[in-house]
Amino acid sequence: MYAFNYHRPETLEAASAALAAAADGQVLAGGQTLIPTLKQRLANPSDVIDLGGIAGLGGVRREGDAIVVGAMTRHAEVASSAEVRNAIPALAALADCIGDPQVRNAGTIGGSIANADPAADYPAAVVGLGATVRTGRRTIAGDDFFTGLFETALEEGEIVLSVSFPVPRRAAYAKFPNPASRYAVVGVMVAETASGVRVAVTGAGGHAFRVGAMESALGASFTPEAIRDVAVSPDGLNEDIHASAEYRAHLVGVMARRAVAAAAGG
Amino acid sequence: MAENGIGAAVPRTEDHRFLTGTGDYTDDTNLPHQTYAAFVRSTHPHATFTLDTSAAAAAPGVVAVLTGADFAADGKGSLICGWAVTGKDGEPHKAPPHPVLAADTVRHVGDAMAIVVAESARAARDAAEQVEVDYSPLPAVASMREALADGAPQIHAEAPGNLCYDWEIGDRAATDEAFARAHHVTRLDLVNNRLIPNAMEPRAAIGDYNPASGNYTLRLTSQNPHVHRLVLAAFVQIAPEHKLHVIAPDVGGGFGSKIFIYQEETAVLWAAGRIGRPVKWTADRSESFVADAHGRDHESHVELALDADGRFLGLRVSTLANMGAYLSTFASCVPSYLYGTLMQGQYTTGAIYCEVKAVFTNTTPVDALRGAGRPEATYVVERIVDRAAHETGIDPAELRRRNFIPSDAFPYPTQVALEYDSGNYALALDRALELADYAGFDARRAEAGARGKLRGIGLSAYIEACGIAPSQVVGSLGAGVGLWESGGIRFNPTGNVLVYTGSHSHGQGHETTFAQLVSDYLGVPFENVEVVHGDTEKTPFGMGTYGSRSLAVGGSALVKAMDKVIAKGRKIAAFSLEASEEDVEFSGGDFTVAGTDKRMNIAEVAFSAYVPHNYPLDELEPGLEETGFYDPANFTFPAGTHVCEVEVDPETGVTEIVNWVAVDDFGNVINPMIVEGQVHGGVAHGIGQALLEGCTYDAGGQLLTGSFMDYTMPRADDLPDMTVDTTCTPCPHNPLGVKGCGEAGAIAAPAAVMNAVTHALGTSAIDMPATPQAVWRALGSQSQARA
Ligand SMILES: Cc1cc2nc3c(=O)[nH]c(=O)nc-3n(C[C@H](O)[C@H](O)[C@H](O)COP(=O)(O)OP(=O)(O)OC[C@H]3O[C@@H](n4cnc5c(N)ncnc54)[C@H](O)[C@@H]3O)c2cc1C
Repeated sequence: MYAFNYHRPETLEAASAALAAAADGQVLAGGQTLIPTLKQRLANPSDVIDLGGIAGLGGVRREGDAIVVGAMTRHAEVASSAEVRNAIPALAALADCIGDPQVRNAGTIGGSIANADPAADYPAAVVGLGATVRTGRRTIAGDDFFTGLFETALEEGEIVLSVSFPVPRRAAYAKFPNPASRYAVVGVMVAETASGVRVAVTGAGGHAFRVGAMESALGASFTPEAIRDVAVSPDGLNEDIHASAEYRAHLVGVMARRAVAAAAGG
Repeated sequence: MAENGIGAAVPRTEDHRFLTGTGDYTDDTNLPHQTYAAFVRSTHPHATFTLDTSAAAAAPGVVAVLTGADFAADGKGSLICGWAVTGKDGEPHKAPPHPVLAADTVRHVGDAMAIVVAESARAARDAAEQVEVDYSPLPAVASMREALADGAPQIHAEAPGNLCYDWEIGDRAATDEAFARAHHVTRLDLVNNRLIPNAMEPRAAIGDYNPASGNYTLRLTSQNPHVHRLVLAAFVQIAPEHKLHVIAPDVGGGFGSKIFIYQEETAVLWAAGRIGRPVKWTADRSESFVADAHGRDHESHVELALDADGRFLGLRVSTLANMGAYLSTFASCVPSYLYGTLMQGQYTTGAIYCEVKAVFTNTTPVDALRGAGRPEATYVVERIVDRAAHETGIDPAELRRRNFIPSDAFPYPTQVALEYDSGNYALALDRALELADYAGFDARRAEAGARGKLRGIGLSAYIEACGIAPSQVVGSLGAGVGLWESGGIRFNPTGNVLVYTGSHSHGQGHETTFAQLVSDYLGVPFENVEVVHGDTEKTPFGMGTYGSRSLAVGGSALVKAMDKVIAKGRKIAAFSLEASEEDVEFSGGDFTVAGTDKRMNIAEVAFSAYVPHNYPLDELEPGLEETGFYDPANFTFPAGTHVCEVEVDPETGVTEIVNWVAVDDFGNVINPMIVEGQVHGGVAHGIGQALLEGCTYDAGGQLLTGSFMDYTMPRADDLPDMTVDTTCTPCPHNPLGVKGCGEAGAIAAPAAVMNAVTHALGTSAIDMPATPQAVWRALGSQSQARA
């Protein structure tokens, strides 16, 4: 780690002020990405602003037809929340398959989506469930939030406050984990929502994306068979030593069918 | 059987400190005035370079920045390879210099160029980043085939064509003749994937120098502290042996990787002498990936000749073995004498020929890793035998049984220079088949098929040469050291015992097993025995722990010492009990006089030995302490059969191991629980190799699997429940009848897994690690081939 100034503000305003004042400030949530990055000396921020001291950023609550998850809510909390498990069991299940117990008890939803790792799980939920991200400045539609590899619509100094997930009729998440990191090689969230079927894929591309052809096929018939012949093109998909673009494209189909089967059966 | 004696499943005494965080690892020690080291490592696989250390030397907290030029100026030597393998041409292998700090050329990513010593670890690392390296990149080569090709980049002037050696064993003409007679020939190309050892505790070292005495002390993560001392004294010439004290305290796993004498500990010790202060270095995990010797990395073409009855007439093996960029401490013997010599397997194969080209590449050096050569040999033999079974339509178990060396054929001289001492291969096979319900497999396969899964079953009837090793044999084969072991027994006046062993425990449980052995043999309560190891100033010279040798060789040395103790005790008892020595018997801790009720416990004898008020000193020496050195008469030959059953999800390519049976013949067993744990760990290692672990370089020599994000270590949920059982043919040539168990699982498992996977898939066209993608591809190419 390089040296940096550490701040632990108690209000959002103080956090924003510290960020604005810093030459190169970065907020710290669960630290599950930021701390390893710092330890490997891959980042060198002048100031680290820990959000852990700010009251009210964590926790899950029901707001009308949506489940709102505070930015500092740990993955383990989402996985075990009765509210989430009742309303959107797919979201609880997704949170439960992130990393390991240590990671789930430290990592946060705000950190996960702000970081926008292409292999992270939450982006599939944000896009697949048609969520809305609320920041200190505005709200951002889930569909618009992820803009590239580790890129989001967040502006300089913009802090995620919460994510609001409309409760779907039914939904399921199917994940194919990377054997080494256990992040998603491919993860697919399939949801039947008030505004139609959504199919969102994480892991396969630069950022989470929807598969329109699957959505319309499932709109007609919400069965695995309906999408058996919907091929996903490998063009532009991620490639690494664990999975070629072709394999990823293939897995999108398999995981989508498994998610549909789980949602339809559940 | 005594409660804590030989054969008892005594819980490991060392586990309390390991599980409660009170172990004493190298990094736990901090010496007064200690400094910290960081290394400047090459980011290029092959380059010449110049260094500018001025900014680093001026950085805050920096004590010294030392380079290869400084090392050379001090007249120190380079690292060595301790085993000279002689090639087909009668020439010794090419062992180019392995500098402690590269002076002008780096040959792999991670090669150390400078050591920065500072007041804190952070200051050292900060300053290391300020060392300016001006690289002139050279063409690099990571693949063995490319390294051997004409016009390939030359890594060492001393090794033309990047060839370290071209070695052979067996009878080429007889093997050709056997193939000429063959009814059927099975052929297979196999890759034995490169592994990164990843011991839980990273390597660490603290060098210390006392200018007043001129003595050096090195604390480090070593499996063999005396060997470290010997090499650092005799070859690198840091300090003479009697001025160098090496301590290997608790060590958190080694798997071979902590046998070797590396750049870092050498540089740290030397630097401590230069600056007159202790210097500490602890690898971070990223360094471990590039700086710990890797394992395996073979490519082989294998052919098996069978007669019409399925009997093995001949085996022909041609292997390329990757040495990496330099020859590590024992690298040369691994793909030769620990590999080619095992090609007999458990079979009566009539003629065998194995040739191995060892190749330099711009990758991290490769050396022994759990099993070292023997997993590679077992993989060759057991994969080709299985393939032959499928080609000939003979059941794989039956084909093996038909070719087994019969249990009455021992001692059995092999075609490849060994003499197997004992074994009963059919017994282990039959037990394994029964425990695995081999007969019921077809029904399970059908049931799995109904669930859309491909089910396969695979056998591995492995053998290994352990208890390394008879010094005469290894000496005649080029080893620079003897491979005996030492043991010392010291009775204290109050009757408890200190056991000194030259073996080193870094996970094996010696503190328990050796205490059981001594307690049982001498009749001393288990709690009264303390095992001391890992310190060159405490124990007699020892060769250390690797090659499943600790009990077979180190335990036998203790037996020698204990026999001397008993002989001395008999003299003391005879004197004290006023009997003649010949009439004194020893059993269960008591010396008794035949035909009388006179008895003296060994604790009383010990007390007497230290209070010799009335001893006839010209006949009887005081004290009760003896040392034994044991040089084995032969290797030991653990063997057995492992059975693996898998289910493959054809949609994703995911392989799940659904059953595991291990039946091993380790000879006599001292602690069955520790043996079972060693089998579990070894099998986990082998499953890791077969399904998960694949060290990958890109063509230019950059390591792609440089962290746990990409290098897959086996985790608990990757592993099946295992049924572990043993058979026993005692080793006939060591006093304990033991064979060794530490590597067996890693040797047996990869072939068992891959035989099961290929059985499930119906194709052998897949290499380790059989990752989901690899399986998916194999299935895809197969369905294309069918279409
Ligand atoms: C071993 C391991 C395994 C993992 N496995 C998985 C997995 O399987 N699936 C998966 O999805 N993830 C996985 N993760 C990632 C983890 O779950 C976290 O989601 C991730 O590290 C980010 O969350 P965090 O709270 O730790 O954020 P931090 O590491 O604290 O921050 C990450 C980034 O987000 C920024 N940030 C944090 N909070 C906010 C906010 N409220 N507003 C704006 N910016 C913010 C930070 O400045 C930083 O740039 C794994 C991590 C580890 C260490």
